[in-house]
Amino acid sequence: MRILKRSIVYFLLIVTALIMFFPIIYALMVSFMTGGEILQGKFLPSTFSFDNYVKVFDRLPLLNYLINSFIVSFGVMLGQLVVCSLAAYAFVFIPFKGRDFVFFLFISTMMIPWEATMIPNFFTIQNLNWLNTYQGMTLPFFALAFGTFLLRQHFKTIPKELHEASQIAGLSRFAFFVRVILPVSKTSLVTLGAYGFLTTWNMYLWPLLVTTNNSVRTVQIGLKQLQSQEVATEWGVVMAGVIVVIIPTLLLLFLGQKQLQKGLTQGALK
Amino acid sequence: MTVVKSNHVTAVRSKQKKGFWKRSLNARTALLYLLPSIILFSVFVFYPMFRTIYLSFFLTNQAGEAAVFVGMENYAYLLESSAFLNSIKATFLFVLYTVPTGIIIALGLALLANEKLRGIGFFRTIYASTMGVSVAASSVVWLFLFHPSIGMFNKVLSILNLPQVEWLLDPTWALLSVSLTTIWLNTGFCFLILLGGLQNIDEHLYESARIDGASYWYRLRRITIPMLSPTLFFIITISLINAFQTFGQVDILTKGGPSQSTNLIVYSIYREAFVNAQFGTASAQAVFLFICILLVTILQFKLGEKKVHYQ
Repeated sequence: MRILKRSIVYFLLIVTALIMFFPIIYALMVSFMTGGEILQGKFLPSTFSFDNYVKVFDRLPLLNYLINSFIVSFGVMLGQLVVCSLAAYAFVFIPFKGRDFVFFLFISTMMIPWEATMIPNFFTIQNLNWLNTYQGMTLPFFALAFGTFLLRQHFKTIPKELHEASQIAGLSRFAFFVRVILPVSKTSLVTLGAYGFLTTWNMYLWPLLVTTNNSVRTVQIGLKQLQSQEVATEWGVVMAGVIVVIIPTLLLLFLGQKQLQKGLTQGALK
Repeated sequence: MTVVKSNHVTAVRSKQKKGFWKRSLNARTALLYLLPSIILFSVFVFYPMFRTIYLSFFLTNQAGEAAVFVGMENYAYLLESSAFLNSIKATFLFVLYTVPTGIIIALGLALLANEKLRGIGFFRTIYASTMGVSVAASSVVWLFLFHPSIGMFNKVLSILNLPQVEWLLDPTWALLSVSLTTIWLNTGFCFLILLGGLQNIDEHLYESARIDGASYWYRLRRITIPMLSPTLFFIITISLINAFQTFGQVDILTKGGPSQSTNLIVYSIYREAFVNAQFGTASAQAVFLFICILLVTILQFKLGEKKVHYQ
């Protein structure tokens, strides 16, 4: 009976995993195929040639786009970590009048969809002359209510005695924040960092709006360009582009999945 | 003795002198730490939200500045515009297609992946993988799967001797195709959140049920779902909000077509503002989007308090 139940579960696991992962595997296979093989509708390429990968770096400044995506994603990640941890620290360790009001302000930002504010935001960036700049792509995303709450949740678990001890030891508030709080919150910071990197790497609409030339474009916009250039012909090249673009985030997810899952559930529910 | 006394006296005196400046020390320090967030929220969230509402009452020039005050006319125009009503209809249909199905699939996968078996970590990673795939990348892959002649779906149909389908070119199928792509794309995130919720459920609850000989379905109905309800509620809200914000899939797969059947609200705002330069009516649409999401959030707070079982 137990063996039967186990085999059923394994069977379901394997079938669903194949279905879920199929589009990615198929894209990988197509990225190795020649044009003829794609037209014949094969599933496996006859040889694993990297021609399409060479071509995709020829067609597009893909390497530049990759570098841009890394700069923008790291920028937003660092910015969010700094801004959110400062705010979370104030919420947990500094009792002050009006804290509830400020907290409510933070919550209210979660009800405003980013897309509803994109028109004035676009003009703000344009008026600052920040179109096609890294700051225009990153700065609007530094403050994040979700990130603040996630860190606040973790800061709350730090014993208050630590705070008192540090005051007796003559540590300033800021020193306490940097030398004590941040090191003991490493796991939450890593979670938020991974989350920020992932979402920024995958961002589509904002880079589309604020980039008008190739200088700071990200890989996601590169994919759009690739697809609209090549739509009728070379799907192998397009899929090679897709694989190059998703590898960094897939790796990050494979490495940090457990951490991310734990952190997101905590931030969401408490 | 005298030293102690004089110390005491100065302490009292300084306490009396403590003016507003001293008393507000904490508030000022806190403000310093909160300032980056407050400034950024003001510039990139609050100001543009008010500006959007403001612009929705105006006709605008090319630079997006208010030119002529028209009151509610932008709204009146939208409510009579068949394109906008169509966009609303498409958005609600899209929400209906993607949210329930996506959550049920993710819940099924999370229940499977919560079994304690050898190699389960591998399956969890596979299920979560779509979270690492961007909207643009997945849309491009599915664009190929939907390709009328060399796409996989039509190949399978022809093997089964079924008629071919114009997945993205037929108005009856296009929205379903975009929904399918979206469901796949969102499964990773929903799965990860739901799995986290499942793992937080106290094991002891199951042990006593097992001793009583309760069946799998009974345990699912009586223990798992009620205990999971806060997580389920959270993921339903997030999925609803995400569905209202869909853009990338539409831009790459269909461009809002065919015959506007996939012209979802954010795509409609984008077109109105950045292609047609009608910032007034675009802002009015944005206000509508804001209200939709506000309603979803308020509903979550109201219902969440009552119906959901918290541990």
